[in-house]
Amino acid sequence: MSQAVLDRLAARFTGGELVATGSQHGDEWARTRRDTWLSVATFLRDDPTTKMEMFIDLTAVDRFGRLGPGMVGTDPPRFDVVLHVYSVSLKHRLRLYVGVPEEDPSVDSLVPVWAGADWFEREAYDLYGVRFKGHPDLRRILMYPEFVGHPLRKDYPKEKRQPLVRRHVGGND
Amino acid sequence: MASDSPSSPLIPPDTRRVVLGFQDAEDMKEDLEVPDLPTEPVPLNMGPSHPAMHGTVRMVLEVEGERISSADIQVGYLHRCFEKESEHATWTQIFPYTDRLNYISPMLNNVGYAMAVEKLLGITNEIPERAQFIRVIVGEVSRITDHLTCLGASAMELGAFTVFLYALKAREWLFELLEETCGARLTSSYLRIGGVSYDLPPGFDAKLRDILERTRVVISDIGKLLDRNRIFRDRMDGIGIITQADALAYGITGPVGRSTGLAYDVRKDHPYLVYDRFDFDVPVGSVGDNFDRYAVRVEEMYQSMRILDQALEKLPAGPVIVSDPRIALPPKTETYNSIEGMIAHFKIIMDGIHVPAGEAYQYTEAGNGELGYYIVSDGTGRPWKCRVRPPCFPATAVLGKVLPGLFIADVVPTFGMINMIGGECDR
Repeated sequence: MSQAVLDRLAARFTGGELVATGSQHGDEWARTRRDTWLSVATFLRDDPTTKMEMFIDLTAVDRFGRLGPGMVGTDPPRFDVVLHVYSVSLKHRLRLYVGVPEEDPSVDSLVPVWAGADWFEREAYDLYGVRFKGHPDLRRILMYPEFVGHPLRKDYPKEKRQPLVRRHVGGND
Repeated sequence: MASDSPSSPLIPPDTRRVVLGFQDAEDMKEDLEVPDLPTEPVPLNMGPSHPAMHGTVRMVLEVEGERISSADIQVGYLHRCFEKESEHATWTQIFPYTDRLNYISPMLNNVGYAMAVEKLLGITNEIPERAQFIRVIVGEVSRITDHLTCLGASAMELGAFTVFLYALKAREWLFELLEETCGARLTSSYLRIGGVSYDLPPGFDAKLRDILERTRVVISDIGKLLDRNRIFRDRMDGIGIITQADALAYGITGPVGRSTGLAYDVRKDHPYLVYDRFDFDVPVGSVGDNFDRYAVRVEEMYQSMRILDQALEKLPAGPVIVSDPRIALPPKTETYNSIEGMIAHFKIIMDGIHVPAGEAYQYTEAGNGELGYYIVSDGTGRPWKCRVRPPCFPATAVLGKVLPGLFIADVVPTFGMINMIGGECDR
């Protein structure tokens, strides 16, 4: 059913903005370029045939050298930012990927499109270290501010401990 | 206190106006016209150790007098690394973690996770019918316990301790039934990939019917205590209004989303399991205030009971888990008495179920709304990524927008009616 969304996207974005589209287990997905992430998302929300007015989920995946859906080449970007959106009126949904390289892990923020992206982008920043350009308040959300590193990256060891120790100034510790 | 009898001179025919306190507001008009005294903004910390914050959330409020001018909601105090732990556990070992997401309706989390893995395995249509019915039954029982806890705790925070005791009494009956089914009240881990771990205990049918009958009485008693209660209504009506546009932009689903008039229920719009065979309604609110959220939850409990009645009626006989030895554990007699059973058991426990490489997003209607599992598999016995989309995370996020303009006292009922569950929100 959401094949119509993919067709509409393919018809609208013909200049290479869409890298690949597909369907797996009944979930339709599309992959966009990093510079067109915001414009594709805005189009998805505003176009009457897609009308994705409901924000569902945003997260990141650490591919760590593996190829994600629709990725090509020998040097794939390390992270994928993954967006799920839904249309309440037309009852279809879509998953949108964008590849984010390790050396410059940043992508446009979707807060101007869906206000709910705020906390989800903070979480992706907190746990994966992906920076969202234009986010109004990009702070850690689940970890504490003093935490070093991004725990859901595949190179962060699961057993690593970082106890939060507050030393009192002038104390006798 | 004025009695409720029609002979009482204190209750005029138009009771709603009295109950809602409109007439008193008229009387107080003169008081309200007193010019505001000069105030300056004062920071106020609510939580994480505040009795009404459920121990897990901190709100840094800026108040001018009694009014909140800005609110910074800080979550994460109950972050237990669900995703990181999941990446190092076999697919089956994740079930106990899912219990601890929304710990007042653990079965619904089990259902969502099991269905996500089954989607990736491509066996969604092979789940035995009886297992699907059992999943619906334990899920709807959990929905009732979820809403009872939310209503009872919120009412208690507003001073109605009786309601809390009534609600927990009914919740305990339901938990005892679940305990009889799976051996645990909260940490159920009852579901398995491909079905459920074992069949319902004998006499489940009659016990559930009896409990539902008694729970109906309890819910109606709660309604009698709260629906026309002046204190309760004054703190619920028109407070904490969430608009439908905000619900859409923030991704707020479930009772909170439906209270804004957004008729989105995954069970109705994208039926999963056997929900398309039941007759039930989706209650929606009109204003999106606290009272609408309360009313939607009460009605949802009645609808869940309707589903349960029908499910018990139609419950078919048959196996409760798929027979594929690569997915389901063999019966214990096989494990201990045959080498094939032993090897199958060993492979599943040590190696894990091998889920084909791929990605899937499976969404179900949990107590708080759309509970999504986005899982990525690389073809091994452990997930590459197991993400849960918690329904109360966006609902808590919207508080930063809803609270400014309200009074400090309004924080408690508004936060209570969001039903923020630390385990689910912080994972």
